[in-house]
Order: sequence, then C-alpha cells, then structure tokens
Amino acid sequence: MTRERDLYATMLRMRMVEETIARVYPEREIRSPTHLYIGQEAVAAGVCANLTRDDVVAANYRSHGWYLAKGGDLRAMMAELYGRATGCSGGWGGSMHLIDPAAGVLGTSAIVCGGIPHAVGTALADQMNGRTSVSVAAFGDGAVEEGGFHESMNFASLKKLPVIFVCENNLWAAFSPIADRQPHVEIHRRAEGYGVPAALVDGNDAVAVQAAAAEAVARARSGGGPTFLEFRTYRWLEHCGPNDDTLAGLREADELATWRARCPVERLRGAMSAADEARLRETITAEIEDAIARARRAPWPQPTWAEAGAR
Amino acid sequence: MSTMKFREAVHSGTVEAMRKDARVFVAGIGVPDKKGIFGTTLGLDAEFGAARAFDIPLSENAIAGICVGSTFRGMRPLFVHQRIDFLMLTMDQLVNHAAKWRSMFGGVQPVPLVMRAIVGRGWGNGPQHTQSHHGTFAHIAGLKVVVPATPFDAKGLLIAAIEDDDPVVYIDHRWLHEEEGEVGDGYYSVQIGRAAVPRRGSDVTIVAVGPLVAESLRAAETLAGQGISSEVVDVRTIRPLDAETILASVARTGRLVVADGDWKPCGVASEVVALAAEHVLDALKAPPVRVSWPDSPVPSSQAIEEQFYPGARNIHAAVLKVCEARRGDLTASSVKPFEGPF
Repeated sequence: MTRERDLYATMLRMRMVEETIARVYPEREIRSPTHLYIGQEAVAAGVCANLTRDDVVAANYRSHGWYLAKGGDLRAMMAELYGRATGCSGGWGGSMHLIDPAAGVLGTSAIVCGGIPHAVGTALADQMNGRTSVSVAAFGDGAVEEGGFHESMNFASLKKLPVIFVCENNLWAAFSPIADRQPHVEIHRRAEGYGVPAALVDGNDAVAVQAAAAEAVARARSGGGPTFLEFRTYRWLEHCGPNDDTLAGLREADELATWRARCPVERLRGAMSAADEARLRETITAEIEDAIARARRAPWPQPTWAEAGAR
Repeated sequence: MSTMKFREAVHSGTVEAMRKDARVFVAGIGVPDKKGIFGTTLGLDAEFGAARAFDIPLSENAIAGICVGSTFRGMRPLFVHQRIDFLMLTMDQLVNHAAKWRSMFGGVQPVPLVMRAIVGRGWGNGPQHTQSHHGTFAHIAGLKVVVPATPFDAKGLLIAAIEDDDPVVYIDHRWLHEEEGEVGDGYYSVQIGRAAVPRRGSDVTIVAVGPLVAESLRAAETLAGQGISSEVVDVRTIRPLDAETILASVARTGRLVVADGDWKPCGVASEVVALAAEHVLDALKAPPVRVSWPDSPVPSSQAIEEQFYPGARNIHAAVLKVCEARRGDLTASSVKPFEGPF
C-alpha cells in the first residue's frame, strides 16, 4: 500500500494547490496565464515516482503538477504566480515558466513542443558525459502535430538516448478536439515508425502510470534508449484559467462528467485512512497558505535592462 | 601571428575552443564529411571523437532545441549551418527559447549556444542561399550577433562566441573565405560588442559590416587620392552594437555613410543612422547615406547578380554625396569572388 499511499499524497497535494489557485485567481493578484492540471494528476505523479532529483523533466505551460511532483519548491512557484522577485523565475516567467534546477526542472516552455527537444538535449549531454540520468519530455496531444516532435523522436532513436516521451492525450488542444486535428487517435502507434517502444496507458490510473514509466526508466538507465508513452486523460477546467468551459459551450458537459467520474485522486482514496488524510490535508493547507502569504508580502522584481544603443 | 585564409581561421578558432574546453561540441549537416563545411570542420571528429563533432538529421529546429537542452547540463554547443537560410528553420528554438531562457527564468539558466551560419553569395546561389539576416537576428533581445570581416576576427570572435554565456549568432560570408590575413596563434578572443577602426580619417565616417569593410577601405583609398579623408569603422558585432565608437567617430567627422549588405528597412544601417540622429545630430554636416541591398530578394542570373550587390563604387559615390565632392572612378570589387562551380 505504500506506493498507492505515496501516489495519493502527491496527487492530493497537486489538486489542493491548484484548487486554491483557481479559488484566488478571480482576486486578480495572480496576473499570469494559468493553465490548470486538475484531472491529469496521475500522469505526473506516476511518472515522477520513478525519478530522482537528478533526472530531468521538460514540461510545458501546464506544468504546476510536473513541477510539484518532481520536487519543485512550492513557495517559489507561488511567488512566481504572484509575479514576485522571490519567484522561481524572479517574476520574469509567470505560471507558464517554472524552474527548479535542484529538482531537475530546467525550465518549462509556453510554446507547444518547445520542451521536447530540450529533454532530448539533456539526455544527449548525459550520454556524452556518462551519466545514468533519465530525461522526460512531457507534452500534450497537440505537440505530436508539431514537426519538432518527429525530429526529436528520430534523433533520440538514432542515438539511443535516455529519454522518455510522455504524451498526455487529453483529447483537446485548447478548444480544438483531436478528431479535427489528427486522422486517428492511436498516437502511440506512431512511435513504431521511429523504432521506439511504446505503450498506451490509462492516464487516470496512477498505479498503471507508475508501472509503465518504471519500465521506460529502467530501459533508459540501462542504455536501451527512448520510450514513448501515451496516457489518455482529461483536463477538467478550461484551457487557460479557473473556469469550467462546458458552461461556455466549448466542450460537452457529458464528456466532462464521464471523466470527472474517473477522477485519478478519488481512485486511490482508499490508500490512506481517513484520519491520515485529514492530517495530510491540514499540513498541505498550512503549506499552501504559508506560500501564498509569503508571496503576497514578497518584493516586486526590478527592471534589469538597459536601453539598447544608449550611450 | 601567421598568415591564414578566413576559412582556415574559422577552423583554427573551432579547434582551439574544443581543445580548451571539453564541454564544446560541434553539430551540423556535413560537419564530419570530406568537405568539412568549406574546410572549417575538417578533422574535428578525428581529433575530438565522433561524439563531439557529428553529422545530424535534417532536423534543424529540433537539433537547435537539443543543443539548448544540452546547455542545461553544462555543454557548449556550436551548431553550424552551411547556409544561413537553413538557420531560419530554427527560429522557434533560437528566438522563442534560446534568446528567452536566461531572462525568462530570472537569470538562473543561461544558454551558451553558438549558431554559426554561412552566407553563400556567388555562383548564382540565388534568393534562398544568400540572405544575410544579421539585422533580423539583431532585432531580437537576448541574442548576440557577430559578423567578422577579417581572418583575425573570424577566429577571435568565434572563440569569444563560444566563451559567451548567451546565445550568439556568428555569421561568416563565404565571399570572404579565401581572403588572407594575419591571425593570432593559439587561443585568443576578440571582445564581443567592440567595433574596430581599420582606417582613421577626418572628413567622413564609413560604418561597414562584414564584406563591405574591405569595399569601404578600397573606396577610402581612392577618396584619399581625391582629397577626402575617410574613417572606416568595422562594427564586427551587430548586437550589442558599439554605439560609443561609432558615435565618437561621427561626432568628429560630421558625416556618415553606412555600408551594410542587407536589406535597408529596419536594418543595421537604419539603426546606425538612428543612433546618430538621436545622439550627435548637431554634429552632422550632411544627411547620412545608407548603402544597402536593393529592395528585392537576391537574384540568381549572372546578368543581374553582381548588379545587386553594392561595393566600393557605391560607397565611394555615397561619400562624395555626403561630402558634396566630385565623383571618382572606381571599378568592380577587389574581393575575389567565389568562382564555383557549386
């Protein structure tokens, strides 16, 4: 039960952090495009459960969950959302640009597919330097439509790099359904064309995610090269912001209801006693309140630029 | 010091940087092949191993991102493009990522990446093999851009670019590859952001970029015979531009011609003229003149290719205009062209 318990604790913390962000967002103190991960927690929790702090995750604009699961500092993340000098990016990045080098989060990109080659690059450097670290590229179903994804798969396979391609297929790219964008939805099957082993896994089952990722991590660490993992999951809230976009008619309420019924956090609730969960919730609530309070009283960043061509 | 061709100086700078720092690697289409990118990467794989000098799939944008990612683990990549036009395929990773990474993460994660790209003027290379684009890249905050005009600077600026913690676009013109000059021995760098003044003068300042430096010096020689004393400034670095050196010269001479082999709108020549207007307007005795490319993509046919490129004759005419003096007689370019075939 320890594994389930740990996964549950990781997911619960992510969920509580993001529910808090969604609640305070209308206060207009967080002024940064905020893409919430609620509903997809099992993927980051399950994958990162197999990683050490020296391993790398390259994620995207929806990366609060990845940052936290990888061990990123919560206070620094909250301060970044609040645009403060104490933020992980000094207030220069905002919600979409999180970094914690000590935790192996080396900067998240707001460009779809932007981080995929970065993970291939850290894997290349690690291979060159004889390190056994593993790099994870986390991206959505939209990213596999970008050329950089295919170029990255080709190169990673060619060089047998220790990188894991994690596709979180949540069926939507902003407000565009996958059926309008791709000829078929069996994304994992494309990996075969690059000679990369692949699997399709229930992305709302943290235990299954962890097991699939464990195999991929073992392959990467032992010099067996890259793996492609497709996790089917669903984003509960709108593409960007704290609202339910079915209310605006952007997605079908029935579809959302189906996926909410498959909540990845609820699924593992039995892994922890009610008393333990109550204590954990108390700890997490205090941690979040502390992070927000510190962020609110932290100093603002100052300009560091000079006028180009100034004398 | 020893005499070397421009392309040999690029090769020498690459070898010195790789010998000095094991974190430096060289990637690019054709890096280890028998031609070695106009000879500039010959023998790197033999000396440093195939892991540090390697060929790549034709995937410029992902390889750029892979180079960016490698810097997160301490590497210092030199990514070589046989034509700068191919570098345009990396714009997402270069402009959206490499240029942003240091500031976007509060200074935590600099990206010491060098993009070396070659301008392929000559032998009818045409609109997609001969662009210069130093002005395009110089527009982007977070990038540095260098355009060496001499073999000495070709080596020293390449080493400086590799030493730099920010992404640097290093542009070398094949037009200059066979030019010879004195090159320093061993490992040395030329400071990024500092212009050179290869000729001192008092009547007019000619600010020149890359291959037009030699053309400006040639024009200055003829002008001297006509009683006009020209100062030639080789900008060497496009971004950050050495405004101090340029403006000090213009303030002294009172006249400005900018010779820039690139398109005029929003380009380096425009930037130099704007700086002069902002800072030394009172010193100007005549409106500045920009000598740049015509407002057209580069043509291929030999009948019009050479007419497209401005040279010493155009610079000479521009100086006469700002000096209101008599037109001299200059013939075609002194620089040896790339004679092909390609």
